[in-house]
Amino acid sequence: MKLKSYPVKGKFGKFGGRFVPETLIPALDELEKAYLKFSKDRKFKMELDYYLREYAGRPTPLYFASNLTRVMGGARIYLKREDLLHGGAHKINNTIGQALLAKKMGKERIIAETGAGQHGVATAMACAALGLKCEIYMGSKDIERQKLNVFRMKLLGATVHSVVMGSQTLKDAINEALRDWITNVRTTYYLLGSVVGPHPYPMMVCDFQSVIGREIKQQIRKLVKKIPSAIIACVGGGSNAIGTFHEFLDDKISLYGVEAGGKGFSIEKHSATLCAGTEGILHGMLSYLLQDNNGQILDTHSIAAGLDYPGVGPEHSFLQSMERVKYTNVSDADAVNSFLTLSNYEGILPALESAHALAYAMKIVKNYRKNDVIVVTLSGRGDKDVEVVEQYLEMDND
Amino acid sequence: MTRISETFSILNSRNEHALIGYVVAGYPDYDTTFDIVKAMVNGGVDIVELGIPFSDPIADGPTIQKASYIALQNRITPSDVLNIAKRINDNLNVPLIIMTYCNILYKPGFDNFMKNAKVNGIDGFIIPDLNVEESIELKKCAYKHDLDIIFLVSPNTSNSRLKTIVKATSGFLYLVSVFGTTGERKGFEDYTVKTIKRVKTVSKNKVPLAVGFGVSKDEHVRFMLNTGADAVIVGSAFINMIEQFDGHEMLSKIESLARSLKSATKIE
Repeated sequence: MKLKSYPVKGKFGKFGGRFVPETLIPALDELEKAYLKFSKDRKFKMELDYYLREYAGRPTPLYFASNLTRVMGGARIYLKREDLLHGGAHKINNTIGQALLAKKMGKERIIAETGAGQHGVATAMACAALGLKCEIYMGSKDIERQKLNVFRMKLLGATVHSVVMGSQTLKDAINEALRDWITNVRTTYYLLGSVVGPHPYPMMVCDFQSVIGREIKQQIRKLVKKIPSAIIACVGGGSNAIGTFHEFLDDKISLYGVEAGGKGFSIEKHSATLCAGTEGILHGMLSYLLQDNNGQILDTHSIAAGLDYPGVGPEHSFLQSMERVKYTNVSDADAVNSFLTLSNYEGILPALESAHALAYAMKIVKNYRKNDVIVVTLSGRGDKDVEVVEQYLEMDND
Repeated sequence: MTRISETFSILNSRNEHALIGYVVAGYPDYDTTFDIVKAMVNGGVDIVELGIPFSDPIADGPTIQKASYIALQNRITPSDVLNIAKRINDNLNVPLIIMTYCNILYKPGFDNFMKNAKVNGIDGFIIPDLNVEESIELKKCAYKHDLDIIFLVSPNTSNSRLKTIVKATSGFLYLVSVFGTTGERKGFEDYTVKTIKRVKTVSKNKVPLAVGFGVSKDEHVRFMLNTGADAVIVGSAFINMIEQFDGHEMLSKIESLARSLKSATKIE
């Protein structure tokens, strides 16, 4: 069976499924039915294409990083420039798709969770463009850390709710969004931001993000007329990675998912769920999790707020179990280093999340020949991270 | 037949409905949980739900979230909760149900966890993020260890789904009375009444119906039972008592709350 054809009945092998309160089951059924109907609808597809092209700025370039290639020595490095999209990240691919679906379903109130604020901003943008009411849940710690994104969301017309329970970060924002949905299920659409959560979210978000990989396939054919040796993307929840990989799952190409190694496994300050986690059930899905021996979810760390999540999309857990994608990790230090390198040599500030993928590319590029090709998905731009990098460098120099 | 079904038939013969009380084990601390359960049982609680705190309780409102958070800060583990269960079982005669989320059972393995639970006097499980489609393996283990799995239904559960869930549940059926999470409420909407009546019609009395979420006063209890429920589940109201009061005062408040709720379950 082709890997691309999963999920089967909401499952990627044993992963995925629906582990949610009964109240949400009818809502998930309704959502799945509507999605299956509209994803085949010609008018819906045309409308989605229109917004992706005219509003979000697709297609994005596949840029040959010639300076970086020369400096590193080895395979040619191409960057899939999702950082050039409206809002500065791949998130808009998904939010436009789901907001359009919500509108077709007649839902007028949209809720979403956000960690660093990128998905919140992309949701607020899509809702403003489509005339939908938007409320965002965000952990109080993240609100403190990402003030600029909070203000952006407000400017875009969204209401931001502070979540003060638990670790006050992304996982608690998801919990609170789920509670809101349970309460307002009859009127509200939950616009989840990654390939996580109960079925059909992992499938649906994958479909909306797969435009990344489809474009890469076309562009690489035109540009270099050969198959890439490796494709690399960063993995938090894993939406840009799934979006990048999906088109290539049944091709003979090495795929690498790069998680956040943070400050290291020995001190348990990381977010490398697939590298260091175990199977469990959280946020409606069976997948790999960072948890203690009793099944309590652990606090995570990454310098890249967008990777700071104790779970991962069930399709990634499946692809790891099938040994189709190699999941690895790089440290905060490696990510900052690649952030600086790309800024310096190519004039591109990558998001710290994307800098993880780039850092791994820089590690393996020398193992390849000069006419080999490596593609790295640059999932977002790094303007949001300049303060964090500045602080990191100051601490490093002390 | 487990002690849960036995309790329902005994109460039935006495013309009484069942009062089910919920506590978060380890809140406010390990030792006090036993005293709280004892006060509840003295006041007339017929079945006790022991909550194993989970870090991410998505079905719970602020009261139980906060209690769970404090219990976890107290480093309460699932095996601590089973020790509390054993102590309850050694000293009081009351059916015990574990209420917790899927991951707490998934991590050690369903079979492993259920075996330990049974040994420590547990009669059944309520798992709010488990639905009938995902329950096959868990049901097998429960059957093996003679434990009840109590499924939940909600106001938007369709009749055809309801039939499947009625078949799957054992011990009783848990009706979530409202769209929302656990916690006290001022009143109930019309749809709650309609749902109770609809569930009673579909379930044809094959299994007792317990109504929970937002039930906190004797008038709620009368209202639910008059509408057709066989039992009520009260949680957050007890936990609010624990939050507001300390020591003997807290225990006597809990006992008198249980007493007033229990008196409302007796059919006149």
